[in-house]
Amino acid sequence: MAFDRREFLKVSAGVAGAASLGTLTGCAGTGPSAGGARPKVVIVGAGFGGATCARYLKLWEPKIEVTVIEPNDVFTSCPFSNTVLAGINNMQDITFGYDNVKKVVDKWVKDTVTGIDTAGRTVKTAGGATFAYDRLVLAGGIELMFSAVQGYDAEAQKSVMHAWKAGPQTATLRKQLEAMPDGGVFVMSVPRAPYRCPPGPYERACTVASYFKKAKPKSKIIVLDGNEDIASKKGLFLAAWKKHFGYGTPDSMIDYRPNNMPRAVDPKKMMVGTEFDDVKGDVINVVPPMRAAEVCGMAGVRLGLDGKEGPWCAIDFRTFESLHVKNVHILGDSTLTNFPKSGSVANNTAKMAASAIVEMVNGREPDAAPVVTNTCYSATGMGTAFHVATVFRYQAAKKEADGKVTPPAMIAQKGGGVSKEESELEFAYMDAWAKNVWADTLGLPENFNFTVKG
Amino acid sequence: MKKTLALTLLFAGTLGAVAVAQATDARARFMAANCAYCHGPDGKSRGAIPSLAGLEKGYFVQQMKEFRDGKRDATVMQKHAMGYTDAEYEAMAAWFAAIK
Ligand SMILES: Cc1cc2nc3c(=O)[nH]c(=O)nc-3n(C[C@H](O)[C@H](O)[C@H](O)COP(=O)(O)OP(=O)(O)OC[C@H]3O[C@@H](n4cnc5c(N)ncnc54)[C@H](O)[C@@H]3O)c2cc1C
Ligand code: HEC
Repeated sequence: MAFDRREFLKVSAGVAGAASLGTLTGCAGTGPSAGGARPKVVIVGAGFGGATCARYLKLWEPKIEVTVIEPNDVFTSCPFSNTVLAGINNMQDITFGYDNVKKVVDKWVKDTVTGIDTAGRTVKTAGGATFAYDRLVLAGGIELMFSAVQGYDAEAQKSVMHAWKAGPQTATLRKQLEAMPDGGVFVMSVPRAPYRCPPGPYERACTVASYFKKAKPKSKIIVLDGNEDIASKKGLFLAAWKKHFGYGTPDSMIDYRPNNMPRAVDPKKMMVGTEFDDVKGDVINVVPPMRAAEVCGMAGVRLGLDGKEGPWCAIDFRTFESLHVKNVHILGDSTLTNFPKSGSVANNTAKMAASAIVEMVNGREPDAAPVVTNTCYSATGMGTAFHVATVFRYQAAKKEADGKVTPPAMIAQKGGGVSKEESELEFAYMDAWAKNVWADTLGLPENFNFTVKG
Repeated sequence: MKKTLALTLLFAGTLGAVAVAQATDARARFMAANCAYCHGPDGKSRGAIPSLAGLEKGYFVQQMKEFRDGKRDATVMQKHAMGYTDAEYEAMAAWFAAIK
């Protein structure tokens, strides 16, 4: 066999280049694996972030050994769960199997992570198993802090729903709304920003109102908002409330109260207490304050930009690796970013992290200037929807003329913003968005039979 | 002397080519994947949003420019198109055109 010197040089240059790039990235230890060992990635949580990351890691670099740890048997979507509350869809329509994720990963573990040792690089589960990792991906969503609301104890949680994690909570709240008599009062709350899905609570007010309008027209909705104003798509929500639910008139179905953070719940008296008021309802729905998932606490990565303990996890925007703890990546709602905490963002930043991990385990530099986008659609419950969309582009740290350093940031690009108005066309697009983001997150086949009504 | 220099150049040249080729590839792949949450995995849509898979390159780039410049009516695409460069339109177009 002829020895092609030029080919040889090309290859060795590639290898040398790879090695030096690896050091540049500072990802020593998890660079190209010596001796052909497969890099091990353990993913905790198979929601929008974790499931997407698992699928794309296997798609883009099959040699990575991917383990997913997730306690739930099925994926239940928060997006469209507000339409379930309205009776437009039911639980089955927003519930999907994990079959097509299970098929592509190396290990699927139905369990809950209970301990993480970032020095020894191991993860422990409730079932007593231990998993070693080269890189850990934490995609646990959010932790709801019930203790921040007086009286919201285990007993109260049996009758007061948050329905901010879709599943049995959603189903129970729907039943409570169905059982409520006409003329009843539904009290719901909005946590202080930043929280999961900024437009979600206002969308919930819309969809529940659409149900009341049809089935219980004398009923009222009191929205207790911890923020000083509507936190997302304000103009569009106010327009929808006016157009469909009499907002601004004495007969308004929606009674919106800003600066009304729920401080206490009393399920016996069916009361929500704010700083100003005790508000009585027939159904009460309180979303407590939230922070990065429990697993982020276990790993010690709930650290702000300054490295101090905080509610969310500061990450390197190019890789989604913790700024403070090596080899731990955080995805989705748990991260500290200027992106809205949405399924869209969890899905596409999970691919960004997957892409970066693939580059790094191969000793290459991750994308130096990644671009990611968010779009949040909201349904009115009246057959229409609208959106907010933004493109974010990475900007490296910059030394300013005065010597101060601007830290790296994801800069919102010009042109982003909201729909001109609600429309039926956009509800059709919202429906397509949901099917496509579910398909992309869960690997649903092209002929998958969706039952959701958009 | 001469030989060493030639070798160095060969090394540098090849290294550059390898690094750039791989970087561009992964970047286009990720950018295209970024459209999947609306246009479907691999640009194969499951609903009213159009599919991108297999679109002819020139047509694709033209649409992106028209969205950006407001020449083609859009609910959401102008906002997305404005966030990318012409070179990125080209890279994504090539990616989607290659999908069967
Ligand atoms: C009412 C409502 C409406 C919404 N509507 C939209 C919308 O229209 N569009 C949109 O883009 N976004 C929407 N969102 C937001 C979206 O649901 C979240 O942003 C998204 O779910 C975040 O993804 P994630 O991967 O971070 O977390 P999740 O999707 O919550 O996934 C977390 C996963 O981690 C698992 N997990 C947690 N702890 C452990 C542990 N210890 N061990 C193992 N596994 C664990 C959980 O079981 C879960 O499966 C909505 C949210 C709500 C509440
Ligand atoms: C929020 C959902 C959403 C996202 C994200 C999105 N698109 Fe679109 N796209 C649409 C919709 C909706 C249309 C139809 C035009 C409109 O109303 O904006 C469309 C139309 C298009 C078209 C025209 C297709 C044709 O057949 O003429 C192209 C090309 C396109 N998008 C490219 C992209 C690319 C590239 C990306 C990723 C960078 C992307 N889109 C991201 C929703 C989206």
